[in-house]
Amino acid sequence: MTVTTDAALHERLMALAERRIAAGEVPGPAAADPVNLPMIRHWTDAMGDANPVYTDPEAAAASPHGGIVAPPAMIQVWTMPGVNRKAGQRPTPVDDVLAMLNDEGGYTGVVATNCEQTYHRYVRPGERLFPATRLTGLAGPKRTALGEGYFVTWNVTWYSGDEAVAEMLFRVLKFRPRKPEGPVGDGNAQDGAGREDTRDRTGENAQDGAGENGRDRTRGRAPYPLRPAINGDTAFFWEGVARGELRIQRCGSCGELRHPPGPMCPSCRSTDRGYVVASGEGEVFSYVVHHNPPVPGRRTPFVVAVVQLPEGVRIVGNVVDCAPSEVGIGMPLRVTYRQMDDELTLPLWAPREA
Amino acid sequence: MRTLTEDQIAIGTVLPDLVIPLTPTMIISTALATMDFTAVHHDVEGARAQGSKDIFLNILTTMGLVERYVTDWAGPGALIRGINVRLGVPAYAGDTLTFTGTVVGHENGEFTVEVRGEVSLGDHATGTVRFSPPGE
Repeated sequence: MTVTTDAALHERLMALAERRIAAGEVPGPAAADPVNLPMIRHWTDAMGDANPVYTDPEAAAASPHGGIVAPPAMIQVWTMPGVNRKAGQRPTPVDDVLAMLNDEGGYTGVVATNCEQTYHRYVRPGERLFPATRLTGLAGPKRTALGEGYFVTWNVTWYSGDEAVAEMLFRVLKFRPRKPEGPVGDGNAQDGAGREDTRDRTGENAQDGAGENGRDRTRGRAPYPLRPAINGDTAFFWEGVARGELRIQRCGSCGELRHPPGPMCPSCRSTDRGYVVASGEGEVFSYVVHHNPPVPGRRTPFVVAVVQLPEGVRIVGNVVDCAPSEVGIGMPLRVTYRQMDDELTLPLWAPREA
Repeated sequence: MRTLTEDQIAIGTVLPDLVIPLTPTMIISTALATMDFTAVHHDVEGARAQGSKDIFLNILTTMGLVERYVTDWAGPGALIRGINVRLGVPAYAGDTLTFTGTVVGHENGEFTVEVRGEVSLGDHATGTVRFSPPGE
């Protein structure tokens, strides 16, 4: 995942997107059923929508519509693929772009950020709709609150016969989840296959992230302004972090663990030293929520905790992936490694299910 | 059911709040009614396995509720022209979704309502709905 391969991938992505955008609109399979009253009734019932123009023939006849119409926001429902009908679906111009991001780029996370529908007219029972999809945009790589990613935008137009009755713009962020190892919360809730509704939220707002941290990354990531002090005593620790290992210094003579690392054992005064790899679990021993002053490269508030490791030592680190108000003494944590820029990875702490 | 006419609506008009308790039944029945069978909208274990804390509202339902919020107020004769939603935090089962809205635009007989749907985590959906009162 060097900058070079990212650049090569970026070029191939953009070339693919350009071809797909140029190919224009690709028709999809027609709705399985024409617009119909039973599906409208299920929908309005579940939504709690009492508007009688959708279900009451008399009220609808007396309305400006002159008869039953479907709720405009149902437009996408008519052409949803169903539970087991997906297999026969034709590919859309979006599929292989999402697949390349997912499979080759490691942008496995996905969140939907925008859904914009325009209704040219209301549709009525008996009309059979068919969708057509066109890819309209690929933008990135961007840094967002969720991780680095690409915004993919496509448009769907629904037709009744030759007439376009409604349109939708849909945008998703495909991102590289920041936690490479996390068994949960790796953001990979729904891949491109679930594209009719591709939202998974990990509690963060992709819009905010894009707005505040969005930055073109093609020329390499902006360096994170805070750097750890790496020297002969601490190099082993940072080498471990780079490999996804949490290394704790151990005295080569008496075997006592100590952190932060130093040149001499405080128990036996030996300078012989090695390390062990910690399990990566811990719990909050103490913490503060930092609001002020501002810290370069950080958004306040953030949590700084003293984390008690089961191995016996304590380590200072940030608690992430939860609101500061959720942090408390004794909270179970698991280490997570965040790439802060092209060179620096930091070990941080995320909530662990007890 | 009355439908508001153009002269009954003005820029600055505040819509009454709509509070929707997000019961599992609500999340699941709307997911199925919108033909969205993705596990995260009906299967708690499936949702957790994928990193979510619970099942959550699907986007097609968010769109439907935003539409309902405006027509509940504007009346059955209002013609919905478009819905533009920016998606925010998930609306999980057990939470409450509260819609607030204000009329912010009026042009050529078409009104624009700014809508915000909030849950305990923050904004679930923010955006605008365009509609025309009947008779235009």
